[in-house]
Amino acid sequence: MAETTPPSDFTARRRWMAVLARASAAEITSRLERAPPLPAHARLRGPETGLVMARGRQGGDGAPFNLGEMTVTRCTVRLPAGIVGHAYVAGRDTRQAELAAALDAALQDPALQPALLTAVIEPLAAAQAERAARDARRAAATRVEFLTMATMR
Amino acid sequence: MTQPLAAGFADPVLEAQHCFRALLEAMSRPGRVQRLAGALAPPAPLNLAAAAALLTLADADTPVWTDAGADAEAWLRFHAGCPLVAEPGAAALLLACGAPPSPPALEAGTEEEPHRAATLILQVTALEEGTGWRLSGPGIEVAHRLRVAGLPADFLVAWATNRARFPCGVDVVLCAGERLAALPRTVLIEEG
Amino acid sequence: MAYVAVKGGERAIEHAHAWLAEERRGDPALPELTVAQVEQQMSLAVDRVMAEGACFDRGLAALAVKQARGDLIEAAFLLRAYRTTLPRFGASMPLDTGAMRVRRRISATYKDLPGGQVLGPTFDYTHRLLDFALAAEGEPPPPAPESPAEAAAMPRVTGILAQEGLMAAEPHSEAEPGDLTREPLAFPADRPLRLQALARGDEGFLLGLGYSTQRGYGNAHPFVGEIRLGEVAVEIVPPELGFAIEIGDLTVTECQMVNQFAGSRTEPPQFTRGYGLVFGHGERKAMAMSLVDRALRAAELGEDAEAPAQSQEFVLYHCDNVEATGFVEHLKLPHYVDFQSELEKLRQLRATAMQEAAE
Repeated sequence: MAETTPPSDFTARRRWMAVLARASAAEITSRLERAPPLPAHARLRGPETGLVMARGRQGGDGAPFNLGEMTVTRCTVRLPAGIVGHAYVAGRDTRQAELAAALDAALQDPALQPALLTAVIEPLAAAQAERAARDARRAAATRVEFLTMATMR
Repeated sequence: MTQPLAAGFADPVLEAQHCFRALLEAMSRPGRVQRLAGALAPPAPLNLAAAAALLTLADADTPVWTDAGADAEAWLRFHAGCPLVAEPGAAALLLACGAPPSPPALEAGTEEEPHRAATLILQVTALEEGTGWRLSGPGIEVAHRLRVAGLPADFLVAWATNRARFPCGVDVVLCAGERLAALPRTVLIEEG
Repeated sequence: MAYVAVKGGERAIEHAHAWLAEERRGDPALPELTVAQVEQQMSLAVDRVMAEGACFDRGLAALAVKQARGDLIEAAFLLRAYRTTLPRFGASMPLDTGAMRVRRRISATYKDLPGGQVLGPTFDYTHRLLDFALAAEGEPPPPAPESPAEAAAMPRVTGILAQEGLMAAEPHSEAEPGDLTREPLAFPADRPLRLQALARGDEGFLLGLGYSTQRGYGNAHPFVGEIRLGEVAVEIVPPELGFAIEIGDLTVTECQMVNQFAGSRTEPPQFTRGYGLVFGHGERKAMAMSLVDRALRAAELGEDAEAPAQSQEFVLYHCDNVEATGFVEHLKLPHYVDFQSELEKLRQLRATAMQEAAE
């Protein structure tokens, strides 16, 4: 297979794939408007929707068990230069999967990577981090402070 | 160095249905040649019919054995999602481009579950009707003639053993270019 | 069991479907419910359908709820039917619930535990008084208050007990779990298979069984070690990549139920756990699941196993509401010939009995 990513690139690639998996097609499209145009791509597989069996562990940390399935959409594209991009994203959004695959391919091109990271990946990552942080702050506001109980004892 | 990944079916649902229909026809009328249309461009050494049959029949629950080499394996794993196995006996579906594994070494099913038998896809050089072997058995009114070029010399001996195991035994699909014909385990093959 | 092919109902069925569609829509003078509204505002119904339909997809589950007119078992059935049309791409790496982005996390065994008691969006302290303000359309509620969030880790309570050696360890394993959607259930079923069955099992059935273990049918002394609700990242390893990637998040509820264990010849007295993990926000289901999981471990822990909740076959064969509804509701199908033979037999018996009485 023409998979050329050296292991040192896994971290960066894993990160942008994770960000794209959590971004809607509309969010990605709106970021792409402010980015250099993506190279045209050919579809190698999909976009197609299927299932992934989500697994848990018994007791949280023991042997794996099958919890239930989830819908996942995947897509693989190839750029004219031969770079192959993959996407697996939770849900049924075929547009999101194709955009994510096209971006995965383009981001592997050193000439395109810096601009796309700045215009697309970083803003999406920041928005996702803020959503998570807001949940964390709301959760923190419901944290019980046992101060009164402690002084009464 | 491996080749860049080739595309699979352009329209996976329609093309797989078309190929499945052809395989069904081939299995129900042993030795009748079916012709597949389509623009599938599989990696070498796969021919169109064998590649289409694999994409149609293999999925994540179908262990596949093949001698077709790294490019074909990568292509299959990618498009069919099937696990590839090293032992022919562990496979549900086999594709042989070279000398095929001997049928007795393959999964033949059980008396209770004969449908668990393996299907062996053989790439051959030519399939021609009206001459060659005399086929008879279920699905053939009297007899049907099929000439197959590119099979190992001992194929008919192995076939006789396979057929004697009925209801167990493997089924064979012969693929040449875009043509395919099937030899279900029930068919009797006599030399022309 | 025998059925007779009966023809002639086609028109009646068509008309019944038309009436059903009208009933589903209700009064057309009222605005139609959108799937997005169901997903957002009936979110716990959506979660339950995803759990019992064993398929995580909020949009599909919401559509199923709308189509089923709010009948959640029918909705789970619709979701199960739909999933059969999709190919299986593979399985995820086991979820790391320890790394969950927690919205709620409580423990009934430790007051001051690292990470604290986080109530999250819960019904627990509501007064269960009908809120008539909701009957009128109003402004959205003000945003929930926020506090600075500490980055403090939230270790599992079971881990705290395990450090002291008081909690039976879960043997670590990467064994490929059985999948009851691929291979029919056989007995005895190992724990991974049982957990799969319970995770997709009917909440009401498991709730009743869990309750029975507390009331004396199973000798359980459970404590909620921990309940946590939140988002967990899902990772898969696509073969074409060869490394793990995140494909999104799942909302799950996890319950660790701590139980006494008297010890055996090989094990000292210690705590053991029952485990519950369900799709979505499903606390009652996760708790019931963990009670029943612990009850089903009776045999392997060398305890007496006489209560219904401790019987694998009883629990696992009957906890699936799609299977159960299929078999119960199939009784509606024509059994005309069966019943005819019953009738004839009964008439004969009665005739014989009356004749004997007369003699």
